[in-house]
Amino acid sequence: MNDRVKKLRKQTLEARPSISAERALLLTEAYKRPEVQKASYPMQHALAFKHVMERKTVCVNDGELIVGERGPAPKATPTYPEVCIHSLQDLHYLNDRKKTAFAVDETTRKVYEEKIIPFWTGRSQRERIFEEMTPEWKDAYEAGVFTEFMEQRAPGHTVLDGKIYSKGLLDLKKDIEASLAALDFMGDPEAYDKQEELKAMAVAVEGVVAFGRRHAEKARELAKGEKDAARRAELGRIAEVCDRVPAAAPRDFWEALQYYWFVHLGVITEYNTWDSFNPGRLDQHLWPFYEKGLADGTLTKESARELLQAFWVKFNNQPAPPKVGVTAEESGTYTDFALINVGGLKEDGTDGVNELSFLLLDVIEEMRILQPSSMVQISAKGPDEFLLRALRIVKTGFGQPSIFNTDAIVQELVRQGKSVADARNGGASGCVESGAFGKEAYILTGYFNLPKIFELTLNDGVDPRTGKRIGLETGDPASFGTFDELFEAFRKQVRHFVDIKVRGSNVIERLYATYLPAPFLSVLVDDCIAKGKDYHAGGARYNTNYIQGVGVGTMTDILSAIRYNVYDHGHFTMAELLAALRADFAGHEKLRQRVLNRTPKFGNDDDYADSLMKRTFEAYFEAVDGRPTPRGGTYRINLLPTTVHVYFGKMTGATPDGRLAGEAVSEGVSPVQGADRKGPTAVIKSLGKMDHIRTGGTLLNQKFTPQLLADEAGMRGLKDLVRSYFRMMGHHIQFNVVTADLLREAKAHPEKHRDLIVRVAGYSDYFVDCSAELQDEIIRRTEHQEM
Amino acid sequence: MTGRVFDIKRYSIHDGPGIRTTVFLKGCSLHCLWCHNPESISPDPELMHRPSRCSRCYACIEACPPGAISKGPGGTIVIDRASCDLCGQCAEACLYDAMQVVGRAMSVDEVVGEVERDRIFFEQSGGGVTFSGGDPLAQPAFLEALLDACRGRNLRTAIDTAGASSNGALERAAAKTDLVLFDLKHMDDGKHIEMTGISNRPILENLEKLAAGPAEVWVRIPVVAGVNDDDESAARMIAFLSPLGTVRRVGLLPYHAGGLEKAARIGRGEDFRKFESPSGERLAAVEAAFRRAGFEVHRGG
Repeated sequence: MNDRVKKLRKQTLEARPSISAERALLLTEAYKRPEVQKASYPMQHALAFKHVMERKTVCVNDGELIVGERGPAPKATPTYPEVCIHSLQDLHYLNDRKKTAFAVDETTRKVYEEKIIPFWTGRSQRERIFEEMTPEWKDAYEAGVFTEFMEQRAPGHTVLDGKIYSKGLLDLKKDIEASLAALDFMGDPEAYDKQEELKAMAVAVEGVVAFGRRHAEKARELAKGEKDAARRAELGRIAEVCDRVPAAAPRDFWEALQYYWFVHLGVITEYNTWDSFNPGRLDQHLWPFYEKGLADGTLTKESARELLQAFWVKFNNQPAPPKVGVTAEESGTYTDFALINVGGLKEDGTDGVNELSFLLLDVIEEMRILQPSSMVQISAKGPDEFLLRALRIVKTGFGQPSIFNTDAIVQELVRQGKSVADARNGGASGCVESGAFGKEAYILTGYFNLPKIFELTLNDGVDPRTGKRIGLETGDPASFGTFDELFEAFRKQVRHFVDIKVRGSNVIERLYATYLPAPFLSVLVDDCIAKGKDYHAGGARYNTNYIQGVGVGTMTDILSAIRYNVYDHGHFTMAELLAALRADFAGHEKLRQRVLNRTPKFGNDDDYADSLMKRTFEAYFEAVDGRPTPRGGTYRINLLPTTVHVYFGKMTGATPDGRLAGEAVSEGVSPVQGADRKGPTAVIKSLGKMDHIRTGGTLLNQKFTPQLLADEAGMRGLKDLVRSYFRMMGHHIQFNVVTADLLREAKAHPEKHRDLIVRVAGYSDYFVDCSAELQDEIIRRTEHQEM
Repeated sequence: MTGRVFDIKRYSIHDGPGIRTTVFLKGCSLHCLWCHNPESISPDPELMHRPSRCSRCYACIEACPPGAISKGPGGTIVIDRASCDLCGQCAEACLYDAMQVVGRAMSVDEVVGEVERDRIFFEQSGGGVTFSGGDPLAQPAFLEALLDACRGRNLRTAIDTAGASSNGALERAAAKTDLVLFDLKHMDDGKHIEMTGISNRPILENLEKLAAGPAEVWVRIPVVAGVNDDDESAARMIAFLSPLGTVRRVGLLPYHAGGLEKAARIGRGEDFRKFESPSGERLAAVEAAFRRAGFEVHRGG
């Protein structure tokens, strides 16, 4: 890392996140103009967007090579009152909360009080959404049965493909004009709507082109006052780059990165899209520029590295927009899930790993910053050396990159009806979600709490937390003669709540399509221009809505506990179990220990338990997959939690697997914490029985102690675990290297950490089974390695 | 055919090449004072009690037919091992897994069935099955049957042995396996007898024979401070191993006191001694000596 990058890295690490009212103010100003008020919805939005892009503060920060911020300064984070309005109380929480705070100064507070809140109250999308939701939806939402992504953030969730590297925004504008010229006002009843949408796209393009030019001007202005000759020359170069992009296609590596960055800022200024936009397959997109630059001498590996690092910093300057309402009170995350994809396959099916893939891994390792996130795509054709290089970064305990199976992603996308080429050009975004980059609107609609639904099943549809009936009356479980009857009741409840969720999502989808179109994002995603349709309204080539199932591991262990102990072996009755659950196992410790220690569990390559995972999967899949969405898309499942398994756990009472009330449910598709006791191969075998191909992504977390990864045998073992999992068509795996703190926690609460394997000396053992003395020594060793 | 197995560990990555499943057979002809698997030595089942898991519910006391378990000072569990008949009722009753009978009878088919579960990992990594112990040669017929069964299924195998067996059993097993992990403890016979209970002569003879093939041989040395971490011990081992010609790989396993706690769990704490782990400096010196002599040295396996 050279001095410039060190400085830029320090700047971004030290910048304090704050709330900026600039965007909200400019937007409000625009919406008050008569020409905006009389326009169609797409045009209203585009005119306001252009107004913002033409006026918002332009930043060219000290020492930068890639320029542009979303806010008026690094980490100054705009708000989106047209989507949701931060109350004064919210601003207060954001400023004061201990974790992931955002500074809110007095001026901002005042602007909010006097201008933003009064204007937008009654007009925000969040208000529209809550007005439209049914009482059943609200009951389920409040009970923690599901969450709703779009109540505070716009549906984004897509990734760019390679189109901007061969076309400037003005070239895309020509495509828009051609599409406008081809409208058939005689035969196409939607011609007017298409016209408004296409006009809006053209206006949005003008806004982003102007934003780029303003950076050229700013750089020239700074160059005039710059005393340092080298920096003066750099500012001149920055101005040239910004003269060229985003208006015209990039000619070199630098222009390509800067172009993407302007597009990125356009998308995340247009809306607070879920899971920040990202460039996707960066090593593939940049390869031609890299190759050409090296060949003609305008680029070296080191200058490419510096530009990439300067680019990396820019992501870290854009924290995820903070939430409103109760969620603002809790700590969130600054991560906005921009997931850079490295590796994978080329469109023609050959190996996509190139020299730049390795250079990107160097950058990830050296930068070691929160954003952007990164992942590697491992195809069967990819070299082991690439996977090993990635794992050596994982080993440093930084949590990145996560490891994905390209071959599974391609199969998943093809099953959903994408062309093989579009699938190979795709990858994963957000946490683990598969997508056809640049061609698909794949919207995550919310998390779905499977263990909560089982709790409702055990209570005949009544939520024991509130005493309110929110589910179906499926009968008293003590009256069920067989396990199948119980499972059937659960299946009905799942279907019932999926119905409620889908109804809500279908309305929300129309609210976005109607009131908040996204013309700029639509310019970037095929085939919105050709169809004359907005990204929110079905303009993308492929449209998918996901409902993310949470708690598969907990569900499996719940079903196993009941089937094994109540129906198969008669260790206790359903009535006894229900009494134990009501008491949160107080006075029923023996029953709890039986389900914890003497019952087949998911994650141990035990077919008894694993078959119940499959049954849960099928019930959920069947309830969701294949349903149509209003924009012509399809509902699908994926299985990932982000951090919602903690919230869902809080909302769910004690469960038959021995989990106490309020404890987190299992995350992703991982086994319940501490329930997998046969090592990583058994976990992977259990997960290999899941049909990942029928999902849009699954998330598997595996914990490793640093000692197990210390030597070459450890790294090769890890590599072969990944390869084996991917042969079984697993979708994704990530490794968390265990910290000394976690080991301390395991020492204090061994019952929760019976899965932790440590390498002692010439042998490995379960950490919780080591003597206290030995545990302390391993903790010391781990601490030492962390330093 | 059945044998006595005390543990099966999946994802072993230091007991031979690749990802392996290690099957631990019970029984050993040596009694090393530093043994890190004290429960492996006796060929018979043993009752293991883990106080750290015990909830003091005393279900074990109620469940024990001969009344061999009682409440001791401070509410701890006391086992009268003389009257314990290893029926396992206490383990069945203990829902906290604090009681366990170590060493269960398993058939060849059962062991192979368990091992087969990780075939995909073996195939991917060039791994396989390692039969360890104790010393797997303590159950020679069972071991041979296991090796035959694995070979019949194209599973690669290794045996991890103390090398003391006689009557050609070790050579027969070596002929049926791909790799022998051969433990070497001390070159001085007097010291060897003091520390392990037996002479090193049959061990060294066996190692000479095995070095001729066909299975590859890796030597593994438990390095114990004050016992064999000195320069002379290393030099004598090198002098013995070098002329064999075929042994190229040496694994150094630094001693760890973790075995003492395990010995206490089976009521045999007094039979073992507390040693010190070798210092980083000594370990590095021993490693360097082997490297200078042309050996490929691995720490921990």
